[in-house]
Amino acid sequence: MSIDSATVRKVAKLAHIKLAEERIAPLAAELNAIVGWIEQLNELETDHVAPMTSAVAATLPLREDVVTEGGDASLILANAPLSRDGYFVVPKVVE
Amino acid sequence: MSALTKLTLKAALDGLAARDFSSVELTQAHLDAMAGARALNAYVLQTPDRALEMARASDARIASGDAGPLEGAPLGIKDLFCTAGVPSTAGSNILRSFVPPYESTVTAQLWRDGAVMLGKLNMDEFAMGSSNETSAFGPVINPWRSTASNRALTPGGSSGGSAAAVAADLALGATATDTGGSIRQPASLTGTVGIKPTYGRCSRWGVVAFASSLDQAGPIAKTVEDAAIMLRSMSGHDPKDSTSLPVGVPDFAASVGKSPKGLRIGVPKEYRAEGMPAEIETLWRDGIAWLKEAGCEIVDVSLPHTRYALPAYYIIAPAEASSNLARYDGMRYGLRAPGANLKEVYEETRAEGFGEEVKRRILIGAYVLSAGYYDAYYIKAQKVRRLIADDFTAAFETCDALLTPTAPSAAFGLGDASADPIAMYLNDIFTVTVNLAGLPAISVPGALTADGLPLGLQLIGRALDEETLFTLAGALEKAAAFGAHPARWWA
Repeated sequence: MSIDSATVRKVAKLAHIKLAEERIAPLAAELNAIVGWIEQLNELETDHVAPMTSAVAATLPLREDVVTEGGDASLILANAPLSRDGYFVVPKVVE
Repeated sequence: MSALTKLTLKAALDGLAARDFSSVELTQAHLDAMAGARALNAYVLQTPDRALEMARASDARIASGDAGPLEGAPLGIKDLFCTAGVPSTAGSNILRSFVPPYESTVTAQLWRDGAVMLGKLNMDEFAMGSSNETSAFGPVINPWRSTASNRALTPGGSSGGSAAAVAADLALGATATDTGGSIRQPASLTGTVGIKPTYGRCSRWGVVAFASSLDQAGPIAKTVEDAAIMLRSMSGHDPKDSTSLPVGVPDFAASVGKSPKGLRIGVPKEYRAEGMPAEIETLWRDGIAWLKEAGCEIVDVSLPHTRYALPAYYIIAPAEASSNLARYDGMRYGLRAPGANLKEVYEETRAEGFGEEVKRRILIGAYVLSAGYYDAYYIKAQKVRRLIADDFTAAFETCDALLTPTAPSAAFGLGDASADPIAMYLNDIFTVTVNLAGLPAISVPGALTADGLPLGLQLIGRALDEETLFTLAGALEKAAAFGAHPARWWA
């Protein structure tokens, strides 16, 4: 699979990263080299291997569905780029 | 007072308990050393006021007999750990202004046990790198220099600040994190000890996420015993991290100094890299001889899928990173760049806030997870991950631990590998396998190259068997009698 400039543009859109036009072609080359190197995995036959989904064998714990923390909006808003009256201020979402 | 910074963590704790010196004196000695070592760029933020305040509180607790296991010991904290009220940047411009209102579980446990915070340590941006060159604050300089030249060398990465600070006596020990080798490779390149414990041993809560199924915290320290002391405080079950293991924390230091007699050491034939210097091969052979002399049995083992670990990692880690880093959208915290509408704000913020390597990995992650490629890449990599984990399970049927080199080279020059992403990725060729398998591994300094640069040996253990690693690492440390220190050219 080869990554061209159109693929880079598409993936950058998916990732919400604006790329300068002059970076598109070099990135396509870099990503191609990396993905080409990754594709050595295809040498391995894995049809009957179950994918690993957890780094250690452990069952995910459940806890009581109760409030454990909270109630301090000012702390949460302290890092907001913009806030007003206890709310995050964001660019207009709905026209 | 400079002699105080040369102490090991253990010796400092003993000296504090015996009232040979106070935590304020010990802490001030480190703050002075830090002020004189800015050329190394190991700290991105020094917190002298907080350090002295914590030291005074420690001295009061020592006086009243309430000392904790780390009481009064000044430590450095990798800037990936959130520290309440103290900027925590992950080495990224996107978090340059971020001041967390909460404390990571690991650092909270260090403060609970009496440790003193000296400041926040430099690192590759979001822990993505092996040379510290992706940091938004510029690279850390390795305190070690080659005897052949004065050029600036990398301390490794991503925990380069942690490793350099410990090697240069700018902290008694440091927290670090390891996703593909980020504790062990810098430890190897700086003559320090670093352990990545079993996945789930240390809570990830409050540690800025890179690749959540691989990320694990651990210490970088001056000695094996120091690493054991720190790891005990850093470990433990945390209900806030669902992957944190509900198991007890052993007294790891009690395992250091025990005889390793009768333990079986596997030597995996696949841990050889193309172009690996003969000196690393020699050190590996020495390490085998040292453990044999200490009474261990040496067993040849095979981990046939080793060479596929890095390519599998470079699917899994970027995939998880692209998902984890989606949160940096400029809305709730971190940088917000101007834009004409919501979408433009997202795109401009992430373009301005992330560095090149982070962008590259997010793009790879988005690519391998995108429609039509998920099975070919992500599922394939998870299957290979299973094969790699199964290799270890099979090997541990005939041995108790594995001995390998830590890194394929000694410290290299800044700029030497940064132009070629794959060349940089190969730094983790011997370390990344255990992240995929979730196993513990420790790097111990073994020897100096002909040019006077440190090289480390790695021991890999069974899940939750850090104690065997500490016993073996203690034996290696004793046999290697490394004892070398960098010349203090920066002071």
